[in-house]
Amino acid sequence: MSKQVFIPRDSLNQALERLSSKMNVWVPAASGSNKCGSEFVPYRPDLIPLLNRQTTTPPKAVVFPQVETLLSYEYTKDPDNPSRVKIQLDDTSAGSPTLIFGARPCDARGFLLFDQVFTRGPFTDKYYRDRRENSYFATLVCLEWDSACFCSSVGSGPTDMEGSDLRVTPLKDGYLVEALNERAEPILSLMEGDVPTDAQQQDARKLQEEASRQRVGNVDLTRSATDFKGRFEDKAYWRAMVSQCLSCGVCTFVCPTCYCFSITDEMQGLKGERLRSWDSCMFFQYTLEASGHNPRPTRFERYRNRVGHKFSFIPEKYNGMIGCCGCGRCIRSCPVSIDIRRVVENLKENACVCA
Amino acid sequence: MFAHNPYRPELATVKEVIQETQNIRTLRVVLDDEERMRQFTFRPGQVGQLSVFGVGESTFVINSPPSCREYLQFSVMRTGEVTQRIHQLSPGDQIGVRAPLGNGFSFEDLKGKDVLFVGGGIGMAPLRTLLLHMIDHRSDYGDIMIIYGARSPQDLCYRYEFDMWKGGNVNLVLTVDSEFPGWNGRVGFVPTVLTEEAPAAHNRVAIVCGPPIMIKFVLFNLKELGFQDDQILTTLEKRMKCGIGICGRCNIGTSYVCLDGPVFSVEQLKGMVPEL
Repeated sequence: MSKQVFIPRDSLNQALERLSSKMNVWVPAASGSNKCGSEFVPYRPDLIPLLNRQTTTPPKAVVFPQVETLLSYEYTKDPDNPSRVKIQLDDTSAGSPTLIFGARPCDARGFLLFDQVFTRGPFTDKYYRDRRENSYFATLVCLEWDSACFCSSVGSGPTDMEGSDLRVTPLKDGYLVEALNERAEPILSLMEGDVPTDAQQQDARKLQEEASRQRVGNVDLTRSATDFKGRFEDKAYWRAMVSQCLSCGVCTFVCPTCYCFSITDEMQGLKGERLRSWDSCMFFQYTLEASGHNPRPTRFERYRNRVGHKFSFIPEKYNGMIGCCGCGRCIRSCPVSIDIRRVVENLKENACVCA
Repeated sequence: MFAHNPYRPELATVKEVIQETQNIRTLRVVLDDEERMRQFTFRPGQVGQLSVFGVGESTFVINSPPSCREYLQFSVMRTGEVTQRIHQLSPGDQIGVRAPLGNGFSFEDLKGKDVLFVGGGIGMAPLRTLLLHMIDHRSDYGDIMIIYGARSPQDLCYRYEFDMWKGGNVNLVLTVDSEFPGWNGRVGFVPTVLTEEAPAAHNRVAIVCGPPIMIKFVLFNLKELGFQDDQILTTLEKRMKCGIGICGRCNIGTSYVCLDGPVFSVEQLKGMVPEL
């Protein structure tokens, strides 16, 4: 039997308080800057966690910050030869224990792809690895989905706990929290919850079973790799699908699986940093070469690459894994209502592409 | 070097700068860690990321042959921000190097074969490393022909060592785009000269590098000469950042040019999505 506690609704903040004295705790909350949006923020005592809706942006930045320092460097004058400078490099990195409380299955699942790319390739990205190894996901059994959600279409679902450490089942008067692996047990004890009653456990099981029977999204997008290749050179298809794309890149910024980044240098005086920051394959400059040549010069080529990356290249490279967790954020955020489900579904040979 | 952090460059010092052409300079650099420099090995065709701290990193092929243990050589055309700064470096300046990266030429498979190098402008750099490697091991290879072209005689790189190449028993055909006073070589575009020279395709491998428009017509003419797709190798360029197959921008379908390339055969390229 898995280890579990019950946290009454009105003691959730105390439990989070106790956790935050031992580790970084991130919870979903209303965005300070955006009244209709929500995001993951570091826990603070007066915070009201928003556990009844998906956040506008995923907790991607907790494990993979939007900007982070890869290297610091400093030029110092060479005392033996003042016309010369010497360079000193510092590449220290460290992760500290971090809990993401109230993520949804799609949020946690995004990092399964990150793990492949950053830690299983021929090279290991230690900045990501250090943070990831210290991250814990307390994931909600998802009961709130909308018409943009399609997690079941990509092989996941509202009760999918792959990539999560704790399961949080929201009940009428509180939360049943279960440790799903050994590393999560200390977190559970820190929460100091009540021993769940039989009724609470039964309610939780019932809820989980009901949720697991739900099918979120009515298409199957897990077998599109070949269809994508067949459509690759069909320019008319891509133009029809994404003619309205503005290349704004919001789909990539809100995406839990989009990991592409840029590396740039910034310097002030004799000190500087090499920074890694989120980039977007939707941008013209992303692949622009110094010669002026650009392998993906127009919006349809860039969108085609995004679709191909998620539904064809990643499955081919990583044993069938889909580079999409079905959270629907790109659909909700798109200013021109491009629906990736439609683009992928219509890859099939005989699909109607009339707009 | 990659045991801990593949993003951390090794510090190196510029030993020599050679002005190749009006906008191409060659840098000879030595890793500051003497032990690392002694142990440094690579395959011809592999690349390195040069760092000017405060400006950024760019990818260049290591164009010295693996047998050269004294320095690593990079030829850099002034094109953007980083290359502009690299051109300002002088001997004694420190830079960062992340190398070797990429796959390099599978030169083992080329043994016993005739070889044709077709280069245009700065495209001679990746060919030079393999050429010098082959001259080092001359008896392993058959006939070696080089067709190398540039806009003008002043735009040809490595002019100072053409005689050394010829001394390695290679047939060097030089061409420039139009007549220049004092020029004794060929006049005409590389693809045309290739067709005129008409090297026999049998048991020969062609290695092509140059501007995209040159490559396009060279591939066409090679086909007419009877070269099959698996007999033609080329080394690609893409915008790169991480150089280790993570950051996502240099992909052609599932392949990353920084990791799975930059050397591909035309046969391999035809199996990939057409997005060069």
